[in-house]
Amino acid sequence: MFVELNNLLNTTPDRAEQGKLTLLCDAKTDGSFLVHHFLSFYLKANCKVCFVALIQSFSHYSIVGQKLGVSLTMARERGQLVFLEGLKSAVDVVFQAQKEPHPLQFLREANAGNLKPLFEFVREALKPIDSGEARWTYPVLLVDDLSVLLSLGMGAVAVLDFIHYCRATVCWELKGNMVVLVHDSGDAEDEENDILLNGLSHQSHLILRAEGLATGFCRDVHGQLRILWRRPSQPTVHRDQSFTYQYKIQDKSVSFFAKGMSPAVL
Amino acid sequence: MAAAATCGSVAASTGSAVATASKNNVTSFQRRGRRASGTNDSGPRLVSITGTRPSVRNGQLLVSTGLPALDQLLGGGLAVGTVLLIEEDKYNIYSPLLFKYFLAEGIVNGHTLLVASAKEDPANILQELPAPLLDDKCKKEFDEDVYNHKTPESNIKMKIAWRYQLLPKMEIGPVSSSRFGHYYDASKRMPQELIEASNWHGFFLPEKISSTLKVEPCSLTPGYTKLLQFIQNIIYEEGFDGSNPQKKQRNILRIGIQNLGSPLWGDDICCAENGGNSHSLTKFLYVLRGLLRTSLSACIITMPTHLIQNKAIIARVTTLSDIVVGLESFIGSERETNPLYKDYHGLIHIRQIPRLNNLICDESDVKDLAFKLKRKLFTIEAEVQKGVSTATFLLDGPRKKLFPCLFQLLEVACIPWLMASSSVFKASNIGESLCYQLSGFFSASLLHF
Repeated sequence: MFVELNNLLNTTPDRAEQGKLTLLCDAKTDGSFLVHHFLSFYLKANCKVCFVALIQSFSHYSIVGQKLGVSLTMARERGQLVFLEGLKSAVDVVFQAQKEPHPLQFLREANAGNLKPLFEFVREALKPIDSGEARWTYPVLLVDDLSVLLSLGMGAVAVLDFIHYCRATVCWELKGNMVVLVHDSGDAEDEENDILLNGLSHQSHLILRAEGLATGFCRDVHGQLRILWRRPSQPTVHRDQSFTYQYKIQDKSVSFFAKGMSPAVL
Repeated sequence: MAAAATCGSVAASTGSAVATASKNNVTSFQRRGRRASGTNDSGPRLVSITGTRPSVRNGQLLVSTGLPALDQLLGGGLAVGTVLLIEEDKYNIYSPLLFKYFLAEGIVNGHTLLVASAKEDPANILQELPAPLLDDKCKKEFDEDVYNHKTPESNIKMKIAWRYQLLPKMEIGPVSSSRFGHYYDASKRMPQELIEASNWHGFFLPEKISSTLKVEPCSLTPGYTKLLQFIQNIIYEEGFDGSNPQKKQRNILRIGIQNLGSPLWGDDICCAENGGNSHSLTKFLYVLRGLLRTSLSACIITMPTHLIQNKAIIARVTTLSDIVVGLESFIGSERETNPLYKDYHGLIHIRQIPRLNNLICDESDVKDLAFKLKRKLFTIEAEVQKGVSTATFLLDGPRKKLFPCLFQLLEVACIPWLMASSSVFKASNIGESLCYQLSGFFSASLLHF
């Protein structure tokens, strides 16, 4: 996790809010550093994490996680992390007939189905064990990323239904958190993606939007991060706060600064 | 080049480039094992594979794309397990060249090839590969020279520095042919014996679509389904995914797929905006990437993205590929007559570079890149101003757009300096040259008129 981002979001692993949906969005740049941040954040907060990783392999997240101070292999072994590796599972589903329903069963179907098997997988992974002792604080669902589901033949409505079911189970019933990443296609006129993004923006409590700079590529400032709080917990606080910071990604951390205050410029 | 010189030593260095984990867990994205912690060195120590080298940044195993200039732009090479997508130029003249360079590099390094095409027979594609500028040829000439001058030279005794006589004669010529990137002569064909010595598999769609392979039900178009099964068969049977533990000598599988997405593959995304099979191509790419990530293979795909009607599909395809390089040739466009581009044949855009096992990636600072196909070589250069003559032409240019005078004077003042530096680069390099331009935004501004 990035300490500077924690300061900006005003959270620490010990006292994070529960029952929240966080939307990560990236436009014209790569927002995957936010996924790594939240993954290590919740693992350090001793939460039970279900990670649906559709776009990269396990070793990619594991190696970056080691740089950020968490060990995904150990977390998986002791049961804290349930990892669904989309790429590997897709190969299994497509080339071998599965006996029991697989979370990525929709890859075998010609028509746009629904994501019910995936939801069942998530619910099974995050359901509290009735062993008496509470090992983990609260469950967390991480999805990287949802736009890939649209590329794989799902409709935007099916994906929104999936998120709705997950929110009802994870956020409301189990008092956990959800973090999902969606790409913003910008002017690529991807209607399905826009429907998905708008729908999720209305449902989420916190939106982190990583954008590329409008002027193009810069070596010292990699992009701009817009933080938007919706539905703040205290009603007295001014609604829908929004902050914008610029950032530069380094090898093991990300440094944030106010717009125009990059150390390279000053 | 410094990179080529050190790669010989790196390739021979110890430290397994790919960890041999258990059968279920082989991916190419394992970091180099540390020698210090010898606790879980359960598998046999791997001999490093020819034609690969670990990345400087994160130990990722890299293969060459066949063009050392492109390797440099991509941060050292193409990572094993990733997809390189080439967006074809409009008349499909230059993208087959990059495709062939990739395959030729595989033959020279002894990798296994898998060539898939719906248009040409893979055997014909292999016949047209460019010939490598191997060191053997240069070495033969060098040896002849040495032989001719050998007798008089050995008689000359060193008078003052007599200790040096005892040292072995230094080889001035190219040392070995197991370099990382090779140069190719586009005007000659690869020698037949090299092609026959290589191990390659071809997938020609019109042949395969009629045969009755066991088809698993899937929602892809039949062409894509057959190709995926073919690739998966090869990977499984030849042990690229670690499923065959008897194989001691590991090798890389280079997959080349030509014109993916064109109507010849049975896909209609190039014909209609909202066709019936709009998800077929993206699903194919996803499953292909899954296959690549779990095996020692690298893939090059050329795709006619300029024909795809639906821009959303292009965006999705870009997200699903790892490296995306776009070629834009000047043929037929107004830029062909633009004096700024008179030395070049087109622009090359590096649209996407992946961040693998890392938060950051090796993006090159130079964004304006142009390529030209010289008589023998394909070179990529940063766009460099040519000299004072060009600047004066621009001052009273045909379009007469307003340009701040001081700005232009500044550029004119800088240009002789730039010209001097670029000529130094050109003189020293025989092959491609990559001129780094410190004031990159000058060229960017000059382009916008």
